[in-house]
Parts: sequence; C-alpha cells; structure tokens
Amino acid sequence: MIEVKHLSKRFGKTQVLSDISAVFAKGRVNQVIGKSGSGKSVLCKCIVGLFVPEEGEVLYDGRSFHLLDKEQKRQVRQEIGMLFQSSALFDSLSVLDNVLFPLRMFATMSEGEMMDRAHLCLKRVNIEGKEKLFPSEISGGMQKRVGIARAIAMNPKYLFVDEPNSGLDPQTSIVIDNLINELTAEYDMTTIMITHDMNSVMEAGDNILFIHEGKAWWQGTRQELLDSENAELNAFIFASGLMRKVKEAMRKG
Amino acid sequence: MNLLFHTGHYFQLLGEVFSKPERFSLYWKRTVEEIDLLGVKSLGIVALLSVFMGAVITIQTKTNIDSPLIQSWVVGFAARQSTILEFSPTIISLILAGKVGSNIAAEIGSMRVKEQIDALDIMGVNSAGYLILPKVVAAILIFPFLVVISMFLSIFGGWMAGSLTGIVSSDDYIMGIQSGFVPWHVTYALIKTVVFAIIITTVSAYQGYYTSGGTREVGISSTKAVVYSDVVILIMNYLLTQLLLI
Repeated sequence: MIEVKHLSKRFGKTQVLSDISAVFAKGRVNQVIGKSGSGKSVLCKCIVGLFVPEEGEVLYDGRSFHLLDKEQKRQVRQEIGMLFQSSALFDSLSVLDNVLFPLRMFATMSEGEMMDRAHLCLKRVNIEGKEKLFPSEISGGMQKRVGIARAIAMNPKYLFVDEPNSGLDPQTSIVIDNLINELTAEYDMTTIMITHDMNSVMEAGDNILFIHEGKAWWQGTRQELLDSENAELNAFIFASGLMRKVKEAMRKG
Repeated sequence: MNLLFHTGHYFQLLGEVFSKPERFSLYWKRTVEEIDLLGVKSLGIVALLSVFMGAVITIQTKTNIDSPLIQSWVVGFAARQSTILEFSPTIISLILAGKVGSNIAAEIGSMRVKEQIDALDIMGVNSAGYLILPKVVAAILIFPFLVVISMFLSIFGGWMAGSLTGIVSSDDYIMGIQSGFVPWHVTYALIKTVVFAIIITTVSAYQGYYTSGGTREVGISSTKAVVYSDVVILIMNYLLTQLLLI
C-alpha cells in the first residue's frame, strides 16, 4: 500500500500540488486522472522520489520515503517498477538486454537464471521472437510491452504506469490496460496509473483519484464516479457526447 | 552567482559519479565500450591532424628562422618541442573536446529528455555513476595513448614535409629531434592529457545530465559542452604549465 499525506509541491512561484492526501491500495489498479497540467505526473514523480515535495510525506507500506537514507531509498526503488509515457527503453540495448538490465544490475542470480527470467517476462507480455531487435525497430505498442516486461523483471511490489495509452490505437490500448490489470492481480502489486484516457478509467480503474488544479478533488470507485454529482469531475469525465451516452447506458445497466 | 551555482552543482555531480559502483563487472564492460567509442574511433582524426600539423609546424618554423646564424637542425628541435609541449596534449584535447565532448553531452542529454535517466534512478541505479564514470575512466586510459600516437605522427609529418620540400634535410631534422630531449616534458604532456580527459568527460557529461526540455536543448547542451570544456582546458593548461614547467 502507498499512502500520500498532505503532499505539496511548487516550482518557483507556481504551486503545482496542494495538500494532496490519498491511499493507493495493494492488489488494485489505482488511477490518477485529471486534465493536462493538473499535476498528475508531478504527483507520480513526487511519489517515486524523482521530485522532492516541499511538504508532506509518501509512505511505502509504512516507510516514509523522504525520511529514508540513500541506501534505504535505493532498496525501496528496487521494489518499484515503472512504465514511462515514452517507454524510456535504453536505445543502445536490445529488447532482451533492456529486460535483463535491472536483473544484471541488482539480482543475485546466475546468468542462465537471469536469461530465463527475462524470457519469462517477455513471454508474459506476448513479446517473443523480437529479443534481438532494438527499441527503434519495434512499434510503440511493443515498446510499451517491453517497458512493462522490464518493470516486472525484478518482481516489484509497486508498479507506476504513466499514460500507458498515449500514442496507441484503441485496440492496443485495451491490450495494455488488460495486461496491467492482470499483472497487478498476478503479482499482487500496488499499481498507480496516471491517465486521462477514459477507456482506461472504465476498463481498469478500481480506485480513482481525480486531481484538479493541483488538489485531490475526488476519490472513489468506478461506480461512484458514474454516480458522482461533482461538477468538475463530471465536466472532465463526461466532456464528450460518447461518454455521456456511456454514462446513461451504464446507469440503466 | 550563476557560475557559483554551476560550479557547486558540478562538484555535487562528481560526488555521485565517483561513488561506489553497484556492479563492477557492468561498469567495466561499459568502460571497454567507451574506450572504443571515445578513443579508438577518434584515432583517424587525431592521426590526420597530427601529420598535417607536424608538417605545417616544420615549414613555418623553417620560414621564420631562415637565418645563417641559426643552424638547420633547430627546425627539428622546435617541431619536437612544439609537438610534445603544446600541440599534442592541448590542441588534440581541444579537438577531442569538440568530437567526444559534444557526443557525450548529446548522448546523455537525449537520455535525459527521453526519461531514460529517470528510469535508471527509479530502478535504484546511480545514474550519474553508471553513465559518466565509465566515460571518465575510458578517457583517462585512452587519451594518453592518442596523445603519444599524435606526438609520433606529428614529428613524422614534420620530417616528411622537411624532406619532401627539401627545406630541411632528413639528417638535420633527425639530429634536431634528438637534441636536448627532456623526458619530463613527455610526463608533463601526459599529466596535462589526463587532466584534460577528466575535464572533457565531466564538463560535457554535466551539460548533458542537466539538460531539460527537448531536442533543441540537447543541441544547446552539446554546444555548451564544447565551449565550456575548451575554456576550462585553456585555463588549466596555463595553470599546469606554470605549476609543472617553471
């Protein structure tokens, strides 16, 4: 479980996050949604420790991340897997070497065991026969899947997924969403997904946090989201005619 | 204030770079790759420049000291001294700052804007150490070899120019390059080279590591890497010369 308590972050004079508190449950896909520029990605980077917040704390199963020393932070980070919006695969490494990278850096396995683990992870995300290719030689959807394989290689407790569907077609987006759902259950991870893709919200969101103007505006389940009367949330979720029709249809069952 | 900020930030980064590696074997593998990339692949340009610079030094020296009072072998002596003391360690390092420095800043800067450095940090990898230390070690190991090769080729280029044009006879040139040789001058040149290797790799890596924005900023970092490396090399060249030669 990851807890965020009274988190605030500003850049210069711009207050990006104000007093955010939230709980992200274990074994679930916790979604952070909001408009572009609302502070979702900054919140994600504060949670993983890439940004240091001015106020507040982040607790990883009770461990306050920002109070840990350098070595303890490094240990917590080895329990984290992250899929970036751009996939962030290493250009100079092949698909297989990308997945092997965290294993070679930290795992205490033999080379053969590492190979087995990397192949298993690639098989789990349905990437087979592409091991020797470089990231630039595979499609965006495949890059995301390799990113997921790399993120789960160290058997993480926490998975962060930043805009997993950006730049993907709807069909591939569903494949990625389903994969994240399945892996979260399989590895019993605390997954935090940053998204503004409404299909993802409807498909994968177990616990949804809506960020508006840097504040935790609303938190609840998918069903509660459909029933919510929160004006800002409704304006964001049901901005399109299609989503309004979906809402009506889901309400009618 | 800006200079102070960057100086402090630079030394903070160096603290990260020289901290204990997570896996020596991985770092060593990267060091060997960097030796090839930074050193072996620079051999061509270093060789070309050295031969022609040696030739030009010889011709210019001869035309400038064309006096019956100065013996012909002095041309060889002057060519050797210019090459060992200044041309090979300093000018070649300035050239390498352009070739290698811009490459380092662009590579690390691209990794920064593509979130690959964030990915390393999140995995718990010391990204500064992993990306920069192998480059620094590789440059320290390979640049002295490049400079020694440059010294030989430059002196050889001088001999060729002198012999082919007939302005200095082969015997006079060889006598000149053997006269008054001070071995310490080679040591001094190699000390300078090691210092310049550290400057080129760390200053360029600093520019790349703290790139923010997009491809335009990567280009700016790359340019800054060359300019700042050159400036620091020139300042250190003066200081080291005063410290080691006087």
